[in-house]
Amino acid sequence: MIAIIDYGVGNLFSLKSSLDMIGVESIVTGDIEEIKKCDKILLPGVGAFQDAANKLRKSGLDKVIIKEAENKKPILGICLGMQLLFEKSFEYGEHIGLGLIKGEIRPIKEVIPEGLKIPHIGWNKLDFTKKPSKLFKYIKDKDFVYFVHSYYGAKCENDTIATSDYGYPLTAAVEKDNVFGCQFHPEKSGNVGLNILKAFADMEV
Amino acid sequence: MITKRIIPCLDVKDGRVVKGVNFLGLNDVSSPVKLAKYYSENGADELVFYDITASSDGRKLFTDILCEVAKTIFIPLTVGGGINTVDDFDRVLKCGADKVSVNSGAIKNPNLIYEAAKLYGDQCVVISADVKRVDGVFRVFAKGGRENTGMEAIEWIKKCVSLGAGEVVLNSIDTDGVKEGFDIEMLDKVCNAVSVPVIASGGAGCIDHFTQLFKTLPKVDAGLAASIFHFNEVSISDLKSELNKNNIPVRI
Repeated sequence: MIAIIDYGVGNLFSLKSSLDMIGVESIVTGDIEEIKKCDKILLPGVGAFQDAANKLRKSGLDKVIIKEAENKKPILGICLGMQLLFEKSFEYGEHIGLGLIKGEIRPIKEVIPEGLKIPHIGWNKLDFTKKPSKLFKYIKDKDFVYFVHSYYGAKCENDTIATSDYGYPLTAAVEKDNVFGCQFHPEKSGNVGLNILKAFADMEV
Repeated sequence: MITKRIIPCLDVKDGRVVKGVNFLGLNDVSSPVKLAKYYSENGADELVFYDITASSDGRKLFTDILCEVAKTIFIPLTVGGGINTVDDFDRVLKCGADKVSVNSGAIKNPNLIYEAAKLYGDQCVVISADVKRVDGVFRVFAKGGRENTGMEAIEWIKKCVSLGAGEVVLNSIDTDGVKEGFDIEMLDKVCNAVSVPVIASGGAGCIDHFTQLFKTLPKVDAGLAASIFHFNEVSISDLKSELNKNNIPVRI
């Protein structure tokens, strides 16, 4: 059973439908006891970092996620959910994240060439790094996924499992032991995305 | 790099896709759910869903069908039609829409764009503009293209973007339904005026029109069409392989 963490940020409908589609049992919940009972955790999120981080802290879910990560439970953060796994973010100020992935979240406008549109929105290719990942066992290098973001994961080279070229190799996915993150939206990335979710669901606990 | 997007548009009335007939390989050709699933599995990069139902009964039916569609497809979904308030945004986003397109609602109350962008982010708010030449000037039309607002189109679109619209759908009334190609002149003006993605709509009649669009105007991000896809006059996979041959980046 996968817990899709509900902390009042974003729409969880598509993620739940995606897991239903591939026949994976899941529950949308913000209940700490319920989350502890599940064997995997999905951390979604859209919107602003600070607001989301505050909501996680207020509900005590930040501590639960960190604890479950220490217990070696597979955790997958999606979009803002991935960014929250990092140590800190520079989106409108400087804010502290969960610290499960080394690195920081910075504006993409610092690194992409002038003239490219922000947000980085649309379908782009995944470029696998040298670090192989269980998350990609059902997909191929150069498969397309769907992105919507204006900030990216920086200084996380050792944990980066894929980048995507937008005039600069933006961090597309990260992995550190049992903690995973996708900057793109697997639930909006057609079959490729469903296969990423399936690989996560298939991971041994 | 980001690929050019091909977007089929489904106009839904009384729970059925308008003009959704004669579609090859589907028996219930005007079922929005079946058609959406077909497109999602056959190379569409995104879907646009328009509610052209007038009554509130129709609106409820549309909401139910929208939820069904959102459950079935795993690509981005934009919803428009009858969006006048932030509550309307809330209603369709809760059904699983990713983006919401505003047109007449924003003309009546431009602040709707600002309010919605603040709540849901710029990427969520799409301004859809119906534009027609009147005495050589691009004018914005409301109410499904029936009413001339008198507003100059480029200024209007710039204003919408400054209020927070994260994407522009430009429907040229002049080329719509004519099937002789997109309105390159109008699109060029809009692309040069804003820095957010621009989606071309109105005029596609064959594959060459898409090739011409992206070759002439590399700044255009996506091409939208309805009946040529519904009637299978153009298949999305053929279209994409032709674009690919012409070195236009697409997701295959």
